[in-house]
Amino acid sequence: MEPPSTAEAARGNGHAGDAPIARPAPEQAESQQRGERRGGAGNPLGRIARALTSAVSSRIPPADLDERDPDYIRESLPRLWLLASLWFRAEVRGLENVPETGPVLLVGNHSGGNVTPDTSVFTLAFSAYFGVERAFYQLAHNLVLSMPGLALLRKYGTVAASPQNAEKALRSGAALLVYPGGDWEVHRPSWERHRVDFAGRRGFVRLALDQDVPIVPVVSAGGQETALFLSRGDGLARALRLDRMFRLKVLPISLALPWGLNVGDMLGHFPLPAKIVVEVLPPIYLREVFGAEPDVDEVYEYVTATMQDALDALATERRLPVLG
Amino acid sequence: MRVCGQIDVAAPPELVWRHIADAERAAAFLQGITRWEVVGDQREGVGTRLRMLMRVGSAEIGGLVEVVEWDPGRDFAWVSVLGIDQRGRWRLRARSERRTHVELRLSYGVAGAGLFGWLAERIGGPTVRNHLQRSVRELKRRVEHEQLVEQAAARRRERARVA
Repeated sequence: MEPPSTAEAARGNGHAGDAPIARPAPEQAESQQRGERRGGAGNPLGRIARALTSAVSSRIPPADLDERDPDYIRESLPRLWLLASLWFRAEVRGLENVPETGPVLLVGNHSGGNVTPDTSVFTLAFSAYFGVERAFYQLAHNLVLSMPGLALLRKYGTVAASPQNAEKALRSGAALLVYPGGDWEVHRPSWERHRVDFAGRRGFVRLALDQDVPIVPVVSAGGQETALFLSRGDGLARALRLDRMFRLKVLPISLALPWGLNVGDMLGHFPLPAKIVVEVLPPIYLREVFGAEPDVDEVYEYVTATMQDALDALATERRLPVLG
Repeated sequence: MRVCGQIDVAAPPELVWRHIADAERAAAFLQGITRWEVVGDQREGVGTRLRMLMRVGSAEIGGLVEVVEWDPGRDFAWVSVLGIDQRGRWRLRARSERRTHVELRLSYGVAGAGLFGWLAERIGGPTVRNHLQRSVRELKRRVEHEQLVEQAAARRRERARVA
């Protein structure tokens, strides 16, 4: 069966619902447990791994949606506006596609390495369009929130990516932005910049279904041109056991300012002034489009295909890298 | 920061007022303002609330505003309830029987935004001023066109009556 068109998906209105969050698959949890067992109490490497994991985990803030500070966001909007308008020459289209009220799951493709201009640009656009009074949360990798100096992200409504946080945000009636591709997608090589790659992560679909909220795809182009991303370094990450210690599947390698050769991108980088274009697509009300019991795989394929089509269209508008 | 667009319209204030007092009509001629629509049941007068958005740089900026002055044919002022801090005003003054001076004023800012706020206001200022100036020019075009159409219709009616 052909998937329904986006226009068909957009028919209907007014679903109350929540937004999805990446949910660790059972097989992932089992794998983690196996890894811990392999680490063994007597294995020095295992002990170091557990100590590091514990140190990072202790820094991850609990799910406290109250950390979001609308006044702080309002006061920082001019700063974000200057960055988005002057440096990234950003363009955000289609915000009218986001339902005016109620919980909604915004699903985006992620670009830009550990400096993600698409997130800043979208946060500015969303907050300016709907007002900082509308609750808006973003899920981020645990490591991001545990990094010293990045605590201020919590004031913008950034919370650690966990099913509990996602559900809590959606139940509160907020808009929730998730990047299912996470670290895998954000560090893809620059020559794959116009590719949506969620690495098969379907947690966002299950979240939208569980909370009965519409999915609104958010597609962005340009972020992967802020540096020259060469490799995810996933083999290197496995060899160093980063996946077991920090849930890091990658150890990216890029050419970026001011470092030159940049391995890990842990300290971020100075982004090139690539033109960022973000397009918000019509909402997808899953049960209206796929019936009462939607198939997770079918929804995943449909959402990613819809986003890929939109990203292809944005790619055709770009004439030169960085310049746009 | 305060910016202003102004123009003289060859029409009486009452005719100009008809265009600015009706939110749907106003949305059609306001330039760079992507949304200007009534929120709630009250359609006009003090207390009417409108959703207003203006494209400036990378964002559509604005919010919910409330009408605080409503003097038909003279003044229509609003202040922000949600969104960026703003005060706006349509000010109509009769220059002669058939000429009206129209001003569209907007003061805006983000309290507490400091140096970046000041910079953003200055950098965005020319764009906002341009939107306002284009809006009053479009208002003039529409009002004078409507007046011409009405006058032509009146002449046709008169000719038909005489014949």
